[in-house]
Amino acid sequence: MFENVGEVVLLFWRTLLALPQSWRQRRKIYEQFFEIGNASLLMVCVLSFFIGAVIALQTGPVLVERSLASAVGGVVGIAIAKELAPVMMAILIAGRIGSAMAAEIGSMRVYQEIDALRTMNINPIHYLVLPRMIAIALALPMLVTFAILVGWFGGAMVANYNHRMEIPFLAFFTDLKSIVVLKDVGNGVFKSFCFALIIGAVSCHQGLTTIGGPRGIGRSVTKAVVNSIVLIVIFDYLLTRFLLQ
Amino acid sequence: MNGANHNHAGVGLSVRGLRKNYGEQAVLNGVDFTVQPGEIFVIMGPSGSGKSVLLKHLIGLEDAAAGEIRINDEPITGVDVAAKYRMALVFQSGALLNSLTVGENVGLYLTEHRLKLAEEIDKIVLEKLTDVGLKDAINKMPAELSGGMKKRVAIARALVIEPQLILYDEPTSELDPVSSVVIGNEILKLKQRTGVTSLVVSHDRDLAFGIADRIAFIAEGRILTIGTPDEVKKFNDPLVQNFLHVEFQREP
Repeated sequence: MFENVGEVVLLFWRTLLALPQSWRQRRKIYEQFFEIGNASLLMVCVLSFFIGAVIALQTGPVLVERSLASAVGGVVGIAIAKELAPVMMAILIAGRIGSAMAAEIGSMRVYQEIDALRTMNINPIHYLVLPRMIAIALALPMLVTFAILVGWFGGAMVANYNHRMEIPFLAFFTDLKSIVVLKDVGNGVFKSFCFALIIGAVSCHQGLTTIGGPRGIGRSVTKAVVNSIVLIVIFDYLLTRFLLQ
Repeated sequence: MNGANHNHAGVGLSVRGLRKNYGEQAVLNGVDFTVQPGEIFVIMGPSGSGKSVLLKHLIGLEDAAAGEIRINDEPITGVDVAAKYRMALVFQSGALLNSLTVGENVGLYLTEHRLKLAEEIDKIVLEKLTDVGLKDAINKMPAELSGGMKKRVAIARALVIEPQLILYDEPTSELDPVSSVVIGNEILKLKQRTGVTSLVVSHDRDLAFGIADRIAFIAEGRILTIGTPDEVKKFNDPLVQNFLHVEFQREP
């Protein structure tokens, strides 16, 4: 996967240079944005609720046994805001949207639609890549913000109703508020913005370099998802270590 | 290629010593030919002879290993040639954008380059679709069209550019004989109406002899002969004669 990193960076750079074209592509940006949000909102909701729930279930009883019930809200809050929501939602979006981007652009490449654009002097980066990159860079941070709130609610539900914890909602959120600060949420949302750029660049690159018919499209989709996830995990560490501590 | 309000007056095209290799394999082996302005020039040859690759070089989708392509005696590598001369390629598959309607496909060039107002674009799109007999398909999706209709839409899309040179890649492949004749007639009508220079690559013998002013026969990346349809029919080369006269052999 690393042999193409240079090409992905180049595509990302060319997309940055195309940013002044964004206003002209606003209709396509809106369509992609709606597609990403609409296609993913329910899944984000379900996934984040149960992530919050399971974190509370795993950590809550241990903390309560050690008379640290007041830390449950904070632990769940920090884990979801800074790490689990951005990473898990990015993986979900890589699977749902990254794969669709690679498949759609890959199919256009295989069936010469991209060549047709070039013969009409239409730059595929302006027409195809730029709207998708902007849309995912806007949509993923919004989805992650929503996921953080739903995840906290999931954690609070389990903390309240699980007989080994029985922490009231108000106490859970008071504890959460005393430990989690706005910067923690901001860190998570910033991470998700970086992950969105990774998913967009990797998926569009895979699509644009697709060769070999339907089997090639399948290969591109698989590579787009796997490479995105690997890079998300690597960048998660690097961002946490060097930028967001 | 900068759009509207141009005359179509066809351009001359000359290709000299064009070579292309894919790895070890030579696909174009020193191709030479000249097309006169307003001419219908057909490059005919068997599958895998390098016809489609040649077209991609002419439209700028591929770079040659060696050789030169000139339009009106200017090399197409020159900075302003792409802006100065308008060329269009009708792809073998049509290559319509599947996510757009027929009308949006035809108007895409004008829309993306903002060359006209929306109402004017609608008018031009309708006019070009009427020219190819498909004005009723304006709101259909490409998936709803037959192969022949897709190619006619692709021709309409090319016409919007008001090309001076129009390239056709196997325009009758996968079509029934009636649709093939319709496409052939479209190419002839275009020449009569606009004077555009047409370069057609095809392995369809009926199409080539039906529409061409001149024919070049290509095999193994090399032009074997160039001439009028009658001259090519009489060209004494076993490969050419076999291609022109091969038929099914039914056992008695």
